[in-house]
Parts: sequence; structure tokens; C-alpha cells
Amino acid sequence: MSTVLPTPATVKTGEPVLQIRNLVVDYGYGDDPTHVLREVSLTLNKGEVLGLAGESGCGMSTLAYAASRLLPPPGIITGGEVLFTRRDGSVVDILKLSDKELRAARWNDIAIVFQGAMNSLNPVYRVSKQLTDVIATHRPALSRRELDDRAAELLELVGISPDRLRSFPHQLSGGMRQRVMIAMALALEPQVLIMDEPTTALDVVMQRQIVEQITDLRERLGFAVIFITHDVSLLIEVADRIAIMYAGEIVESATASEVYRMPRHPYSDGLLGSFPPLHGPRRELGGIPGSPPDLAKPIDGCPYADRCPFAFDRCRVENPALKQTVFADLEPERLVACHLHDLPLAKVPVQLTRRPA
Amino acid sequence: MAIDLTITAPDVTTAAVAGRAARHRFVFLRNGKAITGVAILGFFAIIAIIGQFIAPYDPDTLGPDIMQPPSAAHWLGTTNLGQDILSQLLIGTRGVMIVGFAAGIIATILAIIIGVSAGYAGGVVDEVLSAVSNIFLVIPALPLIIIITGQLPGGGEVVISLVIAVTGWAWGSRILRAQTLSLRKRDFVEASRANGESIFRIIGFEILPNLTAIIVSSFIGTVTFAILSQITLAFIGVTSISEWNWGTILFWAQSNQALARGAWWWFVPAGLCIALLGMSLALINFGIDEFINPRLRSTGQNAKAMRRRGIVARIGFTPVVRKR
Amino acid sequence: MRFLARRFIFYVITAWAAITINFFIPRAMEGNPVDALLARYQGQVSPDAIRALTVLFGLDKNQSLWDQYVQYWQLLFSGNLGLSFTFFPTPVATVVQQSLPWTLGLVGLSTVISFFVGTLIGTAIGWKRGTWADGLLPVATFFSAVPYFWLGLLAIMLFSLTLKLLPAAQGYDPGLIPNLDFIFIGSVIQHGILPALTIVLSSIAGWMLGMRNMMVTVTSEDYVSVAQAKGLSERRIMFGYAARNAILPQISGFALSLGFIVSGTLVMEMVFSYPGIGFVLYQAVSAKDYPLMQGVFLVITLSVLVANIIADLVYTLLDPRTRQEG
Ligand SMILES: Nc1ncnc2c1ncn2[C@@H]1O[C@H](COP(=O)(O)OP(=O)(O)OP(=O)(O)O)[C@@H](O)[C@H]1O
Ligand SMILES: [Mg+2]
Repeated sequence: MSTVLPTPATVKTGEPVLQIRNLVVDYGYGDDPTHVLREVSLTLNKGEVLGLAGESGCGMSTLAYAASRLLPPPGIITGGEVLFTRRDGSVVDILKLSDKELRAARWNDIAIVFQGAMNSLNPVYRVSKQLTDVIATHRPALSRRELDDRAAELLELVGISPDRLRSFPHQLSGGMRQRVMIAMALALEPQVLIMDEPTTALDVVMQRQIVEQITDLRERLGFAVIFITHDVSLLIEVADRIAIMYAGEIVESATASEVYRMPRHPYSDGLLGSFPPLHGPRRELGGIPGSPPDLAKPIDGCPYADRCPFAFDRCRVENPALKQTVFADLEPERLVACHLHDLPLAKVPVQLTRRPA
Repeated sequence: MAIDLTITAPDVTTAAVAGRAARHRFVFLRNGKAITGVAILGFFAIIAIIGQFIAPYDPDTLGPDIMQPPSAAHWLGTTNLGQDILSQLLIGTRGVMIVGFAAGIIATILAIIIGVSAGYAGGVVDEVLSAVSNIFLVIPALPLIIIITGQLPGGGEVVISLVIAVTGWAWGSRILRAQTLSLRKRDFVEASRANGESIFRIIGFEILPNLTAIIVSSFIGTVTFAILSQITLAFIGVTSISEWNWGTILFWAQSNQALARGAWWWFVPAGLCIALLGMSLALINFGIDEFINPRLRSTGQNAKAMRRRGIVARIGFTPVVRKR
Repeated sequence: MRFLARRFIFYVITAWAAITINFFIPRAMEGNPVDALLARYQGQVSPDAIRALTVLFGLDKNQSLWDQYVQYWQLLFSGNLGLSFTFFPTPVATVVQQSLPWTLGLVGLSTVISFFVGTLIGTAIGWKRGTWADGLLPVATFFSAVPYFWLGLLAIMLFSLTLKLLPAAQGYDPGLIPNLDFIFIGSVIQHGILPALTIVLSSIAGWMLGMRNMMVTVTSEDYVSVAQAKGLSERRIMFGYAARNAILPQISGFALSLGFIVSGTLVMEMVFSYPGIGFVLYQAVSAKDYPLMQGVFLVITLSVLVANIIADLVYTLLDPRTRQEG
């Protein structure tokens, strides 16, 4: 089916495909909205897997949906831009597209596998119809036969037998539904695939299979992925880069191994501490005491200050900006939002200053 | 007759909110719709109590002014026998309210007993009780009420309330059953059961408090049903035509050709009162629905702010409004 | 198919229950009104008819209840519902047979129209939530609270008496002889418009509000968000994804509320003196014609059951989850 499947783009990393700049999102149309995202910036490069991690309620889903303007009411975007680089090299701001342009761009440019894919399929339509309707909408020239062939091909891609095309969603297992959603997301060969906790509801074996499948497909088809999860240890395996979110802000972003081996933000450190290490000696698991702040209330200073073991006076009055640390020349990709790194190196807690090898 | 479809059984997510109902039991009263509804209902309740004292005339007494349109002496005009229609309306309010609420209370008690038992017991008991309530739902109530009351001697308010209650409990029972069923699977109920607490304790302290909003809603729905049934029965002359209520007024208007004689004042006010009362009950129920199912909350409260900021809330296209 | 089988059993039980209720009601009453009727018509009622009424109303106190019940069923199966006193000496079955088509035509058609139009409007205002469309809600609430028959009275006053546009009563011009020519059918339509419009107007609000609430609930489902993310056309999302799912509870609501609606529309026939079964019921009530009342109740209940079965079939067609094989 070469009609629909162009040869995988040669993956060039380092070129941005999606740039989120200073995105501000509120919930509530009234005068006292909840500020859920505060000036979030994030760059996704072509062909890379970007992991987005954080505790529940930190705004990961909000970020993903706001970037595609799919946030349900009463969500509202009050600032920032989302720049998308088309295949032809032109750059568009998704937030400035008209409805018609946005509809045409959706799924073509960015496809999403929603959190809780269990309910993502329309219960009254067969799988085939849900796979083909999106292709037919965006590729009106295709014939019925071609659509059906493409749907079968997509299912095979995710390891489901094409007889399942005639099934209704309730006849599929949870894992199958999840894969159907992934197949659907790949239907138009998008450049960006956003996956919001695609494996949360699944058992460990199934999780593994799906993650492997995604990595495998990414290598074959060359799309970029934003992978949202709470499970940082999973991210370290699949992601090229990781961004850690806390209370509606990105507090640290770096390559996966950098984040894993030497976290620089106290929150990243705490988060990593709450998962068993992949390799090396077992250590005691320590969750982070307390819980993320209520975003409905105004936050003074660093949002993590109340839970941070190293917080000092400045943390309670001034919100730190996301910037490079003293190790900038060794790890140019890393950005951290923490006042500790403005202190002389000797005063920074040792677990945040491990040297890059 | 109002088809109260708005009380579709709430789904599971909404029940979580209802769980908090115990704490903020009257929060729904902050809802604008509910306030309007309660205010109108309160107005009619007061009329029901003081109606007979403020009525300017005796509703049965014949007067010299026959078929008069509204005037200073008779604000709502007179009948073909010179009776004062305003007085009939004021005094008839009591009958409407008594039957409505009596039937509503009896039916709701029946609904709670049957619905909660079915939902809690499960199994065969559930099958049987559900089948019974579905049968009562499917059988058209009004003809049934007509053949029962038609063959009962008398037809006074007490009898009517009872008959309406016996035919009208099924809707509430169905909703309560569904909700009990989902509550029964919740952790806190499972925990009490594991602790060996008695059924009555669990139902009385764990389940019923969480059903409050739904019980109120089904009560209101039944009251609406009862009022409309009673008025309809009175209008077609099945029940006693000597007890005043709004339906009786309409009965006399109809049987004396008020329409053909152009005596609009004879039947318009009574109908408006019915509609207002029915609307107040519907509004209260909307308030409760929005309280149970937050998704239904209209974005109306924010309408002003939205217009000011130029926000158009649409599904699938998050508004982008930049601060200036 | 299990779903349908279960429903079918339920309807059989319901029919049985309705018939049994009908059997017991006159027997539970003190004193028997039919005795009085028979006394009044003494000599005019044939022995056969007396026997039928005896069985229907339990006039023979010496028989065991079970024997009475068996005989009652035998009578029903022979299509004998006794004798109408209002239309003496026409049998109840004949009276019902003549009036039922009128009701099916008027009530059936206007209820279906009201359901479709109301659901469509509800779909639109549920989809366009938070816009001017919400302004329809208070109006709809008001109309859903008005008794059908009162709206009928207003309609007669306005359109027949004041504007003299449409006839106020009857099913057709009494000067015509019922047959299938254009004049007669035209007259039937002319006479049907006002009651039909009134039924639609008073019942439509319920469907609108119900569908609007379902739409609001469904539009926050994940699969609707997915449809948006897929960039499908607005029409397709609104009808194929949102309304297509929102209509399912609407249809089960339709089945459950049929009893209420039919009750309301029966009174409408009384107001318009429409020759349907509601008007017959009204005449029976006025004349205390118990055999006719009971016969009408049975027929109405059975018709509602049939309508319910149809609604269930439609539901099964629309919801694949009820069709699960095996
Ligand atoms: N309708 C709403 N009104 C107000 N606040 C909201 C609303 N919806 C979400 N929020 C808040 O926005 C924040 C971010 O929500 P989001 O769904 O993005 O979290 P998340 O990081 O994806 O969490 P999870 O991992 O649990 O999915 C949460 O703190 C939540 O309380
Ligand atoms: Mg999330």
C-alpha cells in the first residue's frame, strides 16, 4: 500500500518538529481561574521520544491537549505559542490556525492516544469504521477497497489479526483496544504522536509488549513521540529525552540517561527515588512526603518549596526560571528550574551535583 | 403531562459527587434554578395555607355577576353562576398541594423500600422487584387510575393520593435501585459489610445518606406526576367535583362551554398556576441534577465573563484568549 | 439475542399482570356497579352478554376465584370484552376496534414526530451549549410543565374560535361519510392538525431536555474527544459520535415514558372530542360504563406494550452491546 505509506522519513534528530513556547492554560472562564500551566516551554525534535513525567495532577495531560487545542471546557489558553514544523519545512502556530485549518491538520500532523484509551473507541461502531472514517476524511481520494486494506494493514502493524476489524469495541480486551487506538493514531503517518499514559491500565506483560511495539514502530516509521507517564523507570527505557513536570511547570529537562543517572532538581531526585532502580543495588524506596500544591490557590515562589528538603528563603519568594546549570558545557541539553544551582557548588546537596561521566 | 426524562440514572462518576452530598446536603440550593423553583413552590405552599383566609368570596356562593371578565370586584372574573374564580383558585391550591405531596411522600417511601431492597439484595429478590416496578412503569398510569377510582366509592383526596401513589412509585424505585447497586460495590459499604454491621445500619447510615439527592429528586418527580394526574382526573370528572382544586375549576369551565363563550378568564389562570407549579418542581429537579451530575452545569454563570473576554466555549476547540 | 429474549419474557409477564389487574379490580370493590347497570337495562341484554359480564366482573359470587379466572381468560381469547352501555348494545370490542385506528394515527404519529424533532433540537442545543441556544431551556421547561389538555384548550381558543383557522372538534366533518376519497382524507387531516400540533408542542420539550442533557454528558466522553482529535467534520462528530450514543438512553426513556405520554394524549382526545380511544374512555367515565373502561384500559396497555417492543427492537438495532453473540 505505497499509496498511503510514504517511505519513512529519514530521521534527523536535532531539528524541532513541535515547539511549545510559554504556554499558559487556565481552567475556568470566570475571574478566578485555576492556573494549570504557567509559561511552559518544551521542544520536541524530529523522530525523538520525549518523556513527560510527574505526579498525578501536575498538568501533563493538560499540556498535551492544550498543544492540540483539545482541552475540554472550561479549559482556556491564555498565552504562548505552539509551533509546528510541517514536512515541507514551513512553520505554523497551531494556536493561530482557523477551525478549518486545524481540523485538516489534526491527526495528519499530530495524533493522540488518549489517557484511558478504554473509552476512546465509539461503542456503537465497528473497529473498521473507526479506523477508516479518519482516513476517508483526510484522504478523500481513496476508494473503499483501499480504505479497508489500509485498516487491515494498520491492525497487523500493532499485532492484531485483521478479522478483528468486524468487532465492536466491547468485544475487544483492554490491551487490544489500546493497540487499536495506537493503530488508529498511525493511520495517517503523523509526524508527532502524543501518548498519554498508554500503558497504565494494562498488566506488566502487556505494558512491555506495547512499549516495545511503539519503539519498534517509531524506528520503522520515524515519527516523534511525546510519552506521558508516571512511571519514570519506564521512560528511561523508551525515551530519548525526559521533561519532569511539577505543579504546571517543567522543572527539569535533559536526556533520559542524564535525568536517570544524575537528576539536578530535588523533585526529579525524589521522583526517581520512588521507583526501584533498573540496574545496580537495591535501595530503599522513598516516596516524596506531601502532595502537589492546589493550583486553584496562588503560589508564591517555587511551587516545590513546601516539600523540598533543601528549600531556603529565596525559594519561598521567587519562582526559579528554567535554565542551564554550571555543568552546561558538559550537558548542553539540560535545563533546571532550581535556585540551588545558583549557589556555589559546594553548597548544593551532593545528590544533585553528580558529575557527568 | 411532563415527561421527566431528566432523571436518567446518573452514571458512576457522578455518584462520587453524590457521596459528598452528605456533607453539603443543601449546596444545591445555591443553584439559581433551584432557588427560583423553591421560591415559586414556597409561594404556592403559602397560598395553600392562607388561601381560605384571603379569598375574597366563598367559592361556592352564587353571585349576581354572571360570566364577568376580570374587574375590580372580581380580579379573575366570575363563572356562569357568578362564583368568584380567584377565590376558587386560592382555595383550590390546598387540595392540589395536599394530594401532590401526600401521594409524593407515600410513593417515595414505597420507592425507597422497593428500590433499595432490590439494589441491595440483588439476585432473585432484585429480579422480582425490578420486574414489578418495570411492569408498573409500562402500564399506562392514567387509565389504570381511572378504572380504580371510577369503581371506588367517594373519590376524596385521601383515596386519590393513595391510588396515585400506588401507580406512581415505580420511576423512583428504578432510579434508587440503580444507585443502590452502584453504592453497594463501593469500598465504604463493602468495608461495613466486612465488619459485620447489621443490614439496617448499613442501609440507614451508609446508603440512604448517599441517596439523599436522588431521593429528593424522585420525590419531586412523583409530586409533579401526582399533581398532573389529580388535575387531569378532576378535569375529566372522575373524582369528586365538589372539592375545589385547579382541575375542578377546569372541569366546570369545560362543562359550561367556557371556551365557546370566550370566557378565557375561567380556564387560563388555573392552567397557568399548574404550569408555574410544575415548572417550579422541574427547576428544583434541574438544580438537583446539576448538583448530582456536574457536567450538566450550564456555563451560564460565566456567561458574562465569557462575553466580556470574547470566549466562545466549543467542544474540541479550546478557546485561545490572550491577555492584553 | 439474549437481551431480546429477556425483554420478550418481560412483556409477556407485563401483559399477564395487566390482564390480571383488570380481573381483580372489579372483584376487589365493594358492591358491584355492573349489577346496577344490568338492572337498569333489564330485558334488553341478551343472556350471552349477561354471561360475559358475569365472568368479566365476577358477578357470580358462588364460583371459586380460580374458575372465574379461567373463564375470564377463555372470554378474552374469544375476543369478547363484554357489552358497552354507552353505545348500547354495541360490544366493547367493536367500540374499541373502531376507535383504536384514530388514536394510533393521531397519537402514534404525533408522538413519533415529537420524539424526532425534540431529539434533533436537543442534539443541537446540547452541542451548542453555552450559546444563545441555552435560552430555549426555560421555554422548554415551561412547556414540559403544562398539562397537555390545557394547551389543547388554549389552542382551540386561539386557532378555532378566534382565528377560525381549524376545526375544534371531531375527527372529520360530520357531514361526510367515511371512505377513502380525497375529501374525506382532507377533512381528517384538517381535523387532525390542531390536536397533533398540541400533542407535539406539549411533549416535545421533554425530549429536548432529555436529549440535551444526554448530549452534554456524552460530549465529555473520551471517544468524542478522539473524534475531534481525528479532525472529523463537525457534522460527523455531532451526529455519528455524540448524538448516536446520546440517543440510546433517549430511546429507553421513550419506552419507559410511553405510559405517561399516552395518558396525556388520551386526555387530549377528550378535549378535542377526537373519535379515538381516549374520547371513548372519557365517554365511558362520564356514563360510568365499567365494561368499556376496563376494555379500553386493556387495549391501551397492550398497545403500549407493542410500542415498547418496537422501541426495544430499535434499541437493539442501534446498540451493538445488546446484540452480543454468545
Ligand atoms: N475542569 C477543571 N477545573 C479546574 N481544574 C482542573 C480541571 N481539570 C483539571 N484540573 C486541574 O488541572 C491539573 C492538571 O490536570 P491534568 O489532567 O493535566 O493532570 P495530569 O498531570 O495529566 O495527571 P494524571 O497523571 O492524573 O492524568 C490538576 O491539578 C487538576 O486538578
Ligand atoms: Mg493525565
